[in-house]
Amino acid sequence: MDTVEIIVVVGGVMLVGFVVWFFFMGEGEREAAALSEAGTQRVKIVVKGGYTPDVVVLKKGVPAELDFYRDETSSCTEQVVLPEFRISRMLAAFETTTVRFTPEREGEFAFTCGMNMVHGKLVVEG
Amino acid sequence: MKADERREGATTSAAATLEAEHGAAGETKGRAASEASNLTAEETRVDLPVTGMTCAACARRIERRLSKAEGVGSANVNFATGRATVTFDPERTDVGQLVRTVEDVGYGVGDLTSADEATRLSREEEAHRAERLDAQRRFAVAAVLSLPVLVIAMSHGRIPLFDAWWANWLQLLLTAPVVFYSGWPFYRGAWTALRHRAADMNTLIATGTGAAFIYSVVATVAPGLFAQVTVNDGMPPLMDALPSDWGMGPMIPVYFEAASVIIALVLLGRLLEARARGRTSEAIKKLIGLQARTARVARAGGVYEDVPVEDLVPGDVILVRPGEKIPTDGVITEGASFVDESMLTGESVPVEKREGAEVVGASVNGTGSFQFRATRVGRDTVLQQIVRLVQEAQGSRAPVARLADQVSGYFTPVVIIIALVTFVVWFVAAPVETRLSTALVNFVSVLIIACPCALGLATPTAVMVGTGRAAQAGVLIKGGEALEAAHKLQTVVLDKTGTVTEGKPSVTDVFAVAGWTEEELLRLAASVERGSEHPLGEAVVRRAEELGLPLAPASDFGAVAGHGVEAEAEGRRLTVGNLKLMKERGVALKGLRERAEALSAEGKTPVFVSADGEAAGVIAVADKLRPESAGAIAALKSLGLEVLMLTGDNRRTAEAVARAVGIERVLSEVLPDGKAAEVKKLQAEGRRVAMVGDGINDAPALAQADVGIATGTGTDIAMEAADITLVGGSLRGVVTAIELSRRTMRVIRQNLFWAFIYNALGIPVAAGALYPFTGWLLSPLFASAAMALSSVSVVTNSLRLRRFKSSGENVKR
Repeated sequence: MDTVEIIVVVGGVMLVGFVVWFFFMGEGEREAAALSEAGTQRVKIVVKGGYTPDVVVLKKGVPAELDFYRDETSSCTEQVVLPEFRISRMLAAFETTTVRFTPEREGEFAFTCGMNMVHGKLVVEG
Repeated sequence: MKADERREGATTSAAATLEAEHGAAGETKGRAASEASNLTAEETRVDLPVTGMTCAACARRIERRLSKAEGVGSANVNFATGRATVTFDPERTDVGQLVRTVEDVGYGVGDLTSADEATRLSREEEAHRAERLDAQRRFAVAAVLSLPVLVIAMSHGRIPLFDAWWANWLQLLLTAPVVFYSGWPFYRGAWTALRHRAADMNTLIATGTGAAFIYSVVATVAPGLFAQVTVNDGMPPLMDALPSDWGMGPMIPVYFEAASVIIALVLLGRLLEARARGRTSEAIKKLIGLQARTARVARAGGVYEDVPVEDLVPGDVILVRPGEKIPTDGVITEGASFVDESMLTGESVPVEKREGAEVVGASVNGTGSFQFRATRVGRDTVLQQIVRLVQEAQGSRAPVARLADQVSGYFTPVVIIIALVTFVVWFVAAPVETRLSTALVNFVSVLIIACPCALGLATPTAVMVGTGRAAQAGVLIKGGEALEAAHKLQTVVLDKTGTVTEGKPSVTDVFAVAGWTEEELLRLAASVERGSEHPLGEAVVRRAEELGLPLAPASDFGAVAGHGVEAEAEGRRLTVGNLKLMKERGVALKGLRERAEALSAEGKTPVFVSADGEAAGVIAVADKLRPESAGAIAALKSLGLEVLMLTGDNRRTAEAVARAVGIERVLSEVLPDGKAAEVKKLQAEGRRVAMVGDGINDAPALAQADVGIATGTGTDIAMEAADITLVGGSLRGVVTAIELSRRTMRVIRQNLFWAFIYNALGIPVAAGALYPFTGWLLSPLFASAAMALSSVSVVTNSLRLRRFKSSGENVKR
């Protein structure tokens, strides 16, 4: 094995490590839902290649309204799924679609695109 | 559900109709015209979609504040529709002011520009069209420019002209626009995904083509840079080659054609896929398109006025002429006709409609002419309910996709890792002279051949086409889960009344014991039954009324669920009901029992009548079989399903009916609240059971069943308990639903199998797994062609469901 090969091998291993860390271990932008006067918690999520914010903090037992604004026509994000809440919604392009539910359990729950390639997380706190 | 309602509310109510009403001008339009008298010459009316209201008190609060606002004539806030209707003087205030007033009270106003569902769809359509045109342009550029690059690359010295130092530069020149213009959406998409720490299709394409392009550019501009990686070790890396060899050095292979052809092919694949996917939602677009645009509304003085359907209100009397589309739901007040409801129910035979009959918006009037009173408008209509149900179903998930979803969650990053490993392995394993190029080519091939989209599209596209096709046949499937459950069914339980039979029983025989006349018997029985809502009771009352018998006032009414009714009338204690009730009350039946048994054997339901504990007679009530029942049941059996009938009727009657339609197993004398328990019993036998019944009385049984199938009457489809709703109510719909679910599941399995196998075989081959055995390496060009075709083929396979024909549709009436 020559020097270049060693560099390539070491570089490759480091890149693999980076990919694992970057895609599987990172956490995105966090935002807590705002409580409205009407007693609901609301948060606006912009959908464009991903979710901004991607981590939404919700309070347990308070009706939640997630306003998904889909800022693109790319079909990748045309659907949003909240598997634990048995919710799936088609998101119209350049429109806001409100998803309503009440989180009853504490914990972390995913929300994803229809193909489970774009990810977001709901953190339900007591 | 709630969220969806709200969304619908936001879009339909957002049709902020700004109707300027300048009375003198006379240019009146729609509903505003009829209200012109309420407006002064200078007033304008606006409908604001108010958001955030949680109760009627909110509506009143907004109303009060709006009414007091400067320049407002009147304000009316409807909590149910979420609309604020405000008339105002445009000289003194404007819409912006009104919106701010609403916001001051703590509520919001929805998008004033967005309109109803149809308009919203057409706007989205427009966005998609623009995107398609853009993709076509990008593809055209990529195709035209990559062709010469491909020729140069493939010439391999056979065309002497290209054997020159400038050939690489020419390729660079031709490829740059392909990468930077045609391929731009991939890089932009990859970047936005990366910012969210996500990876998708774009990431793979961008990384693959980007690597090929950057490598080739460097190899063209500074081939010396790669000199040391293609010769053996011994000299310090990177140092020697620079800068003296800059731009000269040894000839390093370039892969411009990989970058440009991949971009062209993937763009082509996307165009084809987008076109195919557009067709998956055709059914729902057709449904939405069924909506009539205007209605001819009767006004005072015998004049008719064309009014846009959005402006109709319940109570409007609407004229429908021959061949016209019925604009909304209502009840015929005058005239009669045959109406074609096939677009909603799937029933091809026109239905006769007379005065008092319900008509459904979007159905088409035949040759008659009639007037009807609107009962439901806008989003409450049957058509809009169907559209919502189908939209919800099409966006729903099927459990079968769970594995695919789990896989695709990790798919792209894992592919990137596999590609990196491929690069390293080839770099180490390949001969020094070719190690960089071989490693790079295989790295790119792996990235390009991987197709997570085929995996992701496998289930949703099939569910979408399947539920859409079902809706066209009048079968509303709640979603992927219901579809999947339906294909596993083994047993179908049919409720007799209204499902196997018409559900409109009528009196066929009256037999009175000595001392009673038939009229007297019927009259008293009807007097008691008047308070009952049971279909048998209604039949008795109807018959008495037909004969013009004067009913006596009854008191002390009591219903014995599933058995009969009792009341006091004309000083007598009357009991009307089945054998069990008579036995319980200790009534001596005096030979009536034999007569009742004979009636039962004919499929009629005997109803005993007793007065003061003495048998008075028996009335037979029978319900006509639905004409398609026998055929549909035969079709269900031929699908390998066991068909059972469930009824509250006595055993003999039930068995007679069952025989007539070809059902062997009958569960009779089941009380209304026992139906769910019967279904549960069957499930305990290890069967997967569908229950078919009406959505109201049978709701608990429908909910208990693995698949609850509600038979609609064509006018009422709001059936929460049901997994599947048959709009036309015909049993043929059950056949269609089950056949279609099986077909859809087969398509889903084919898709998933193909998508898994494609990736499971394609990725290793692209990585060069076959090389040690056969010497094969996959060119990135072939990889991109395979990738482009794989998702298209999945969608195309799903589209086959559009041509589905149910054997139920051929069942004769």
